Amino acid sequence: MSSNLRTVCAIGGGGKVADFFRFDWKSQIWNLVVVAGAIIGGFIAHHYLTPDPSIALNPVTVDRLQSLGFENAGSSYLPQELFSLDGLSNPKNLAILLIGGFLVGFGARYAGGCTSGHAISGLSNLQLPSLIAVIGFFIGGLTMIYFLYPLIFG
Amino acid sequence: MKYLKFLLIGVFFGIVLYKSEAVSWYRIYEMFRFESFHMYGIIGSAVGLGVLAIQLIKRNRLKSFDGEAIHIAPKEMGLTRYLLGGCLFGLGWALAGACPGPMYILAGAGYWPILIVLFGAILGTFTYGIVKKHLPH
Repeated sequence: MSSNLRTVCAIGGGGKVADFFRFDWKSQIWNLVVVAGAIIGGFIAHHYLTPDPSIALNPVTVDRLQSLGFENAGSSYLPQELFSLDGLSNPKNLAILLIGGFLVGFGARYAGGCTSGHAISGLSNLQLPSLIAVIGFFIGGLTMIYFLYPLIFG
Repeated sequence: MKYLKFLLIGVFFGIVLYKSEAVSWYRIYEMFRFESFHMYGIIGSAVGLGVLAIQLIKRNRLKSFDGEAIHIAPKEMGLTRYLLGGCLFGLGWALAGACPGPMYILAGAGYWPILIVLFGAILGTFTYGIVKKHLPH
């Protein structure tokens, strides 16, 4: 899934500034088609298959999120604080989304894969590098949730 | 026409991840707090089925729809890139509550702020391409 981000950079002319983006991106069109399908799938699931968008979270998680300032945690599919257009008027939220995305994009290429490439496909193919990457995913994720969230949202 | 199967796989992937709530920011938070089996059940069953499928493909030398042998390239050995890159990825995954697949799916669902996350991810990928040669791998 994350290699499509590299393909987008290559299509956008990234090959002019870095060898990393100099490859035959046309060989990756199939993967972009999967992305197009995923977008359609998200549209269908959201509009036609999900009458109730609430998430049945563990009540402990809900309490914890409320203390971090996420009101009505679980009553919507995504927290409105971060994922509503109103939330975007707050520069802090904008920064959170941008930095979060940046780390995902940078980290995925550095590690050579994301959740689909390492955690699902890599582990399925019994690849040790993928196990190391998944351990990294959790070191980063746990650090964010346990140490940085109280500083960012508290 | 040859791309139709990829499109259908993508649609299926999108619906399954949306309906299983794997693309919900809340579920990612809950997973990292170990307060639910939910995400571990999804990833665990995907890996379990994946191991079985790949073993079947390898042992029976199954061919793809196009009649070609299926070859899955092994990952290059290493430690630094996987651990450091993995940590950075994990920090972002927990902050944005979405990895690349879910970004596309949520965009399709119409949660427009996810486009900021997607833009950030493209920017991060681009930056990696620029600084790659200076990083330990």
